[in-house]
This record gives sequence, structure tokens and C-alpha cells, in this order.
Amino acid sequence: MNIIVLAKQVPDTRNAGSQAMNADGTINRSALPAIFNPDDLNALEQALVLKESNPGSKVTVLTMGPGRAADILREALYRGADEAVLLSDRAFAGADTLATSYALSMAVRKIGAFDIILCGRQAIDGDTAQVGPQVAQMLGLPQVTYVRRIVSLDGGKMVLERAIENGTEKVQAPLPLLLTVDGSAAPCRPRNVYRMLRFKRVATPQESAAEGFKYNAQLAADDALRIKEWNLEYVGGDAARCGLSGSPTKVKKVDNIVFKAKESKRFTAADEDIKALVGELLENHTIG
Amino acid sequence: MNYYSDNKELQHYLKHPLLKRIVEMKERGYSQAAEYNYAPVDFAEAIEGYEQTLHLVGEICAGTVAPNAARIEHEGPVAVNGRVVYAPATEENLDIFRKAGLMGVSLSREYGGLNFPAAIFTMMQELVCRADAGFGNLWGLQDCAATISSFGSEEQRKRYLPMVSAGATMSMDLTEPDAGSDLQSARLKATFSEEDGRWYLDGVKRFITNGDSDIHLVLARSEEGSVDGRGLSLFICEKSCGRVKTRRIEEKMGIHGSPTCEIVFDHAPAELCGSRRMGLIKYVMSLMNGARLGIATQSVALAQAAYSEALAYAHTRKQFGKTIINLPPVYDMVGTMKSRLDAARSLLYETARNVDMNYQFAELAASRPLTPEERTESKLFSKKADALTPLIKGMGSEIANMNAYDSVQVHGGSGYMRDYLCERLYRDARITSIYEGTTQLQVVAAIRYATSGYYAQLLEEYLSVEVPASLAPLKERIAALAAKYGAALEKVQALGSQEALDFLARRVYEIAAYSIMAALLLADAAADEELFSASLHRFVALAEAVVAGHAEYIGNFAMELLTNYK
Repeated sequence: MNIIVLAKQVPDTRNAGSQAMNADGTINRSALPAIFNPDDLNALEQALVLKESNPGSKVTVLTMGPGRAADILREALYRGADEAVLLSDRAFAGADTLATSYALSMAVRKIGAFDIILCGRQAIDGDTAQVGPQVAQMLGLPQVTYVRRIVSLDGGKMVLERAIENGTEKVQAPLPLLLTVDGSAAPCRPRNVYRMLRFKRVATPQESAAEGFKYNAQLAADDALRIKEWNLEYVGGDAARCGLSGSPTKVKKVDNIVFKAKESKRFTAADEDIKALVGELLENHTIG
Repeated sequence: MNYYSDNKELQHYLKHPLLKRIVEMKERGYSQAAEYNYAPVDFAEAIEGYEQTLHLVGEICAGTVAPNAARIEHEGPVAVNGRVVYAPATEENLDIFRKAGLMGVSLSREYGGLNFPAAIFTMMQELVCRADAGFGNLWGLQDCAATISSFGSEEQRKRYLPMVSAGATMSMDLTEPDAGSDLQSARLKATFSEEDGRWYLDGVKRFITNGDSDIHLVLARSEEGSVDGRGLSLFICEKSCGRVKTRRIEEKMGIHGSPTCEIVFDHAPAELCGSRRMGLIKYVMSLMNGARLGIATQSVALAQAAYSEALAYAHTRKQFGKTIINLPPVYDMVGTMKSRLDAARSLLYETARNVDMNYQFAELAASRPLTPEERTESKLFSKKADALTPLIKGMGSEIANMNAYDSVQVHGGSGYMRDYLCERLYRDARITSIYEGTTQLQVVAAIRYATSGYYAQLLEEYLSVEVPASLAPLKERIAALAAKYGAALEKVQALGSQEALDFLARRVYEIAAYSIMAALLLADAAADEELFSASLHRFVALAEAVVAGHAEYIGNFAMELLTNYK
């Protein structure tokens, strides 16, 4: 199978301190570490599981972002991805979800034949959950969102378990297909040291051309160590549909909202929910 | 949280100058990069790789192993139909370490290993044991593979080592119901069958850590009629033979996640490892030295965990209108814990580096004859490793216990409750000064280096370090400890009594250990004053009090005192 994973580098908003927001309400990216978007790691894990059960498969990870986004591509390679593509161009800057989806869909077309695209349900910076569905729409693919588990794959048909409010549901969909994977799906496997020691030399053309890069000999001998870097022209995109000019979303103002109500949680009567609740109470020493 | 990135003191030991030589030898001059795509091209890349790996281990330990430890403590392993079933969270830990490729850390690349030096493996083990000392045993037992690597046949290396790299677990089956500290009396029987040319094992082993492992190293009596250590050989036995069964799992005070088993060999087929009769006198001695370094590492990890817990609690708990860390009796305890921890860690990594150099020379000697200079050097490292190992195993484990005790004390009544981690650490730490040789046995192993003047010589060597002017007074104070050490030793030797020497040995040992730890910490502070200066000041003051106390005891000692014990 040819499997594509869409991933995003995001500021780690889960550990946001007082410096995390600028006065105008935008994110102060320099105050937050840049990480692999958590749900995208769940998507990568599903891709790697698929690869394992379908020998000969290939997992390609695609991200759009500035040069430093190559860090999450390396991370994906450490965990088991086969190939990495960085979609990077000034023309993509300032993109909202629509312009992002357009650019990503053009890059997917450039990758060529594929059986399945996996993305995280949503990114922790924008929290829109729109990019996955929009990419599916632009590529004319069926989509299944909030996927928790791939149940089976048989005769070009995939059965999936989706997380829905108060439970799960099973759906079937034909390939090629786009999935958005929920954060409640299996966590991603760890970085593998053998892969890490090999792929830490991985570089984009820009990185390998930089002064002080010392692994050019390895790159020359091992094609897997090159991250592909594609720009707007290469993927054949329309500049008017990219970046700020392709983004109908205009931020008018950002307000700080303080929730008055106390934090509440809902737990169902399912065994795993009760187990999770008890685990949490044990952990914070309420009981035990 | 990440146990590596949050620990600057541990990171410091990745910068030691001797590491450059260790890595160069381990990597055979960086000659493997062409053959293995994960081998480093030079020292800088090797260090970069170790750092990345330590970050990964630190992340897994803080993120998965530490949270799992409480579950493992409750669920524990159980024996079902002769097999050990680990707690589900233990399986989860093992799974993540296997997927991360962390099961054959020190093994050569030709056997699927990472080929990391022992000093780096030790750092990783510290991280794992800080998260869960019990799991640390299961994971750390991969180090048994070094014995097959050093003494097994090429055929055995090719068969077993890749299994270990891929995640097979190991155990060393030495102790028997009637052979504990005295392994010479081991009785488990090994019989050679002329019929099929194989060895078979029959008998019982007891107190075996991870006794249902995939690959057992078994000490057994191969020479019928023999009674001492020279009749014992070492065997490799696989779980898959189906003839090694776990009869029961001990219910222990601590390290609940590490199953301690009584196992029965029922005509279990096994392979001889190395030569007959060399089992105890050569292979097990080497195995035990590695295991002692492992327990010393576990001890430092527990000392760290106990300190971290106490520090965090003392900073949040309020009494008498202030956080208790501001109260002198509390900051005394917490600050002293940190000093003992730093001192023990410094001695741990000094030991690990020398053990490592010792391994490297042994490897080199196996590939070609050593030059006379190399032989001389190799002996120096070997002696240093042998002298330092009992020092850190004994003192490290005692310090783990002291820190665990103080950690509970800082927590007050809460620390006595199961709700707090320090309660488990207190129980987990207790075994460190017992297994792989009690502290008393470490003193026995160490005392000859005290009486021969070797520790004094080492102390002098460590004190030759150049220090900035700000640390010069401390250096003088440590030199004064050395003088006290000399005087105490002289007095003991002048007594001319073996019994008096045995009686006072622990005190001599502690004087030597505290002085050496102070000198090593001085060297660390000379390299990074900001990081170690405060800890050094506190430790020197502590060492002065301990040394003065023991020196006073020895100074006042008269043979008549012994009669009052009998």
C-alpha cells in the first residue's frame, strides 16, 4: 500500500506559560516549543500498523511549513516512516485552513498513486479539525473522521471504528480514502534508536547546503537520508489560492475568555472510562 | 517531564575527557560507519547519538515507566502453571523498550546491538531505575549477555545475542537454597549425556530475579563428586525447552515488579558456556562485577528519586506559616540528600568509566596481542575498576537507604502513607545494600585496597586536579581528610589482629569512601563550579564529620572492647 500521512508542526499549547500569547492575542511562537501535533502522531501510528500488516507498503509523511518543520519529518522517520516531504514556500505563508488544504492536496497529487491518507483529527494550535476533511473534498475522496482504530481491510474496503459522543461506531469505506485519526487512538510507538542514529543525518536540500553540515558523504550514499523539499511551482499550485491571498478567513479580534464554571468531566459507565476515572483519582491522591 | 533533560548533574558525565578514549576504542577507531548505517563517523556524532538516546530514554521513563510503576506495584507478577505472568504495565514497558530498540544497548552491531559503552548504558540504567527500580532489574539484566559475548563460542554469540538485541529477557541463576553468599556450595546438577552429546540440568535455584527469563545463565555442578567452586560450570538454558518451571514468586518488601523466583530444572537441556570448571571462578566473578555496578546504578537512581520527591514536597508543604524548605532542619535534610546523591553519582561514573576501559582492553586483547605498554595500562584500569566497584556498590546502596529514609522524614506523616512515592522508594531501596553482595561483603572485597594503600594512592591522584582559587580551601580540607585516613589506617594495622581489622574494616572503608567521593566531587566542581559548588561545600562538611567520628572511634579503640560484644 501507498500510505500518506499529513502532519503539522505546532507550538506546544498544552504547556503554555504566561508568555504564550502576544498582546494582540496571537501566539508567541518563540515562547513555545515546536512539536509534532499530537493527533498526527496517532495518525502516524495507524499508518505504521497498516504498513506492518501489509508488507511492502510505504509510508510518506508530508508537512507544510517553514524549514524548521523538517524536525517533525525527522521525528516521523525515527518512528518508522519511509519517506518525508517538506512543502515550503513563502507563497504559503499566512494560509488559513482552506489555503492549507489546497496546497496539501496539490502536493498529494504530486506524490502520485496512493491508497490512503491519514491525518490527525485536529491541530492543537488552530483546533479547527477542517484540514483533513477539506483535503478529502479537494481530492474527491471519501473520508472517515474521528477514527479510533482500523478494524479490518479486505478487498479494497476498510472497516473503521470512530469515536462519537457516548460511544463508538463502526463504518465501512472503500479505498482510496482519507481518515482523520482521533487522539484517543493508540499512541504512537516511540522513536527507535537504530533509526534515530541513522536518520538524524537526514536533511532538506537547504540544510545539507548549509555550512557545517557534515553528513554529505552519507547523503550521497543513502537516498533515504534526503528530505524532499517542494515549492509552489513544483507542485503546480495557483498562487492566488495559497497563503494569505487564498485565505478567506480574516481574524477580526481575539478575546480572552475565562470560564466561570468549574472544570467538569463526563464519564460513561463503560469499564475503561471507570478505570480511567479511578486511575486519575489514585494519581491525584483523592483515593487510594 | 524528561528524566534526562531535567538532570544537569547526570548530563555532566557525558563530558568527561576519558569518554573520548572509551568511545574511540569501543568504535574501533570509527571503522563501522561504512558497514552499519547507524554507526557514528566520529566522536562528535557518537556523543550526539548518545544524547539523543538518553533524551529518548528520559522521556519514556518519565512518561511511561514512572506512571506505570504504581500499577505494577499493585498488580505485580504472578506464577501461573510454572510460568511468570508479568503485570500488564510491565508488558507495556517491555513493549516500548523493544520498539525503541533499547534491549541490546552494549552488544556489538554484528549481533544486532547498539554498541554503546558501559558508561552510557549506566546512564540509561540510572534513568530507568529512577522511574521504577523493579523494572530496572528486568531491563538491566540484558547486561548478562556480556558474559556470553566474552566467554561463549562464536556459535553461541550468533545464536543468543541477536535474540537479546531483539528483546529476549535474561536471568542469572546462581543462588540456591543452601548457597547464597557462599556460591561455592552450589549443587544444581549438570550431567553430560554421551547419547546425544548434550548437557542436562536438574535441581532448584532460589531468589532468582526474573527467573522465568527467555535465556538463563545457570551455575551448575558439572564435576560429579566435587564440593568446591572448581567443580562448577556455567550453562546457557532456554525457556523454550519447557523444562524450567517457576515454582513460586517470593513476596517481597519492595521492587514488586521484579519477580524473584524459585525455579526447578527438570532435566533441562543446556549448553556449556566457556570451559568446564571455570563457571564460578572466572565467569560468575565477571558477571557479578557487572551486576554490582548495576545495583550501584540502581542505588544512585533511588537516591535521586528520593531526593526529587523530598525537594518537591518541601517546596509545596506549608507549616508554621511558611514552606518547610525554609526551615533549617528541613533544608539540612534536603541539602544533605543532594550532596550525598552528587557524591555517589560522581563515584558511580568514575567506576563505570574504569569498568568500561577494562572491557575495551579485554576486547582489544581478544582481537590481537597487547603491546607491553597496553598491557601495563590495561592492568591499571582493571585494578581501579576492581577497587572502585565494591566502594560504590556499598556506599551507593547505603546512600540510597539514607536518602529514602530522609525522604520519608521530610514528608512527615504523609510519607508513611502509601499515597506518596517516597514510601515505595523506602522499601525499594532496602534491597540494594543486600543483593549482589551485602555492604558487609563489599567491605571485605574493598579492605585489601585500603590496607595496601591503594585507596590513599587514588585519593592523591584525584586530589591532583587543578582547582580555581575559590575551591582551593576545600581542596585543603579534603587533603586533611586524607591525613586522618592515613592515621586511622596506621592505628588499625598496628593492632596486628585480624579480628580487630575485620571489626574496624567498615569504619576504615567509610573513611576511604567519603574522602574519595569528596575528591571526585571536587573535580566535578572544578569543571563546573556553578553546578557542583554548593553540593561540594555541604559534602565536605559532612565527610569531615563522618571521618572525624570514625577516626575518633578507631583512635580510642582497644582490643578489650571486643570482649564486650561477646
